Amino acid sequence: MSTILEVKDLTKKFADIEVLKGISFKLKKGETLAVIGSSGSGKSTMLRCLNQLSPPDSGQVLLEGVNINAPGIDLNTVRADMGFVFQDFNLFIHLSVLDNVMFGPLRVRGMSKKEAREIAMNEIERVGMIDKIDFYPAQLSGGQQQRISIARALALRPKLILFDEPTSALDPELTGEVLSVMTGLANDGMTAIVVTHEMGFAQSVADKAIFIDQGVIVEQGVPEKMFAHPRHERTKLFLSNFVGLQ
Amino acid sequence: MISFFHYAIEILPDMLSGAWVTIQLAVVCITVGILFGMVLGVARVYSSKYIYWIVTGYVEFLRGTPCLLQLFFIYYGLGDMGLLLKPVIAAGIALGINTSVYQAEYFRGAIQSIKPGQMTAARAMGLSKWKAIRYVILPQALRLVIPSSSNEIIYMFKYTSVAFAVGVPELLAQAEINGAMNFRYFESYLLAAIIYIIMVFTVAKIMAIIEKKVYVPGLQLMQ
Repeated sequence: MSTILEVKDLTKKFADIEVLKGISFKLKKGETLAVIGSSGSGKSTMLRCLNQLSPPDSGQVLLEGVNINAPGIDLNTVRADMGFVFQDFNLFIHLSVLDNVMFGPLRVRGMSKKEAREIAMNEIERVGMIDKIDFYPAQLSGGQQQRISIARALALRPKLILFDEPTSALDPELTGEVLSVMTGLANDGMTAIVVTHEMGFAQSVADKAIFIDQGVIVEQGVPEKMFAHPRHERTKLFLSNFVGLQ
Repeated sequence: MISFFHYAIEILPDMLSGAWVTIQLAVVCITVGILFGMVLGVARVYSSKYIYWIVTGYVEFLRGTPCLLQLFFIYYGLGDMGLLLKPVIAAGIALGINTSVYQAEYFRGAIQSIKPGQMTAARAMGLSKWKAIRYVILPQALRLVIPSSSNEIIYMFKYTSVAFAVGVPELLAQAEINGAMNFRYFESYLLAAIIYIIMVFTVAKIMAIIEKKVYVPGLQLMQ
């Protein structure tokens, strides 16, 4: 499989604080990458640097070989190609479920209403919400909102999807439905980067995991191996917070 | 009492023609006010610093001066400078500009009350800032602004009466003329008041219907 994303030496400062101190990794098409680490380690910042929601200070982000952290790049096109799923969903509250999912095809990709609707219906079906198309976000549970926001991201037909702690704002009993949608996506061959605290998900679904601490990648590898035999002290310490990992 | 009704029926045609002028003037001013107000409100939140200061100066200047002064300035002041406008045009401009700055403030408040995540989500999907404003921010702001905007709209129906000062034959002017001609000021003003109340009541009802029609669950100003 070909490399879809390559990140080289990404750095980011907020005021005087170095949040990212040179992050590098590669992702192949169809892979799911789990990004783990404690709060404030720079995981979410890294994700926002990838699609330039928060532009990095230096480094390269190569999407299919093109450095998108360079002048003259049309960021709107890049962002449409990198779906983003937020921790707090951020569905458009004035639009129904169907209109939320049609929004990307219609307003970003410039498709006709008919095409947009067809795509939207498919994606809503995929996340199992077809009976709720006329509901507004405020009428849905957190888990349902997150599934719709995944459908909204998918409807753009992105090259990869970035998940920013997609289950952190959910009650424990609602995380399952979102994780199962994400597992389905991984099985369908969607490329994804998932910032998560769900170690079980990372272990069973992700092809690769990276552990970030204080703005650097401390360790990366296959999740099962990494979780079972962390090589670094810091990784060990972090993983010891999670019960039930072999 | 009976004599009031007789008199009222007698002057009703004049009063209704005055009311019609009032309605036309109000509708034009309100339309201008909302359109300008929306643009100014967006500019105050999203534009560059430079434009922000121009717009803020404009808004503060107009909020800081009486409407009647603005009307006299445009009608007599500009007339002095050689720009002679018809009274009704001068009134339309003055009141339209005046109401636009208040609408601008309501729009600004509505826009600022929208969660930042809405804009972030739109940008993350690859929408330009202006498209995000057009398709995400404004549809929400327009709904949020209705209650406060309605007040301003109702106010405008009454405030058109200042046009009387430059000789526009609106409702108050008709009451004044008929009162003077017949020496029956009390009854003339009373009838004008009744007509104003009916207009305002109707407008308030229409606004309430609109508010209900565009209601979306979960989208309202935090109290």
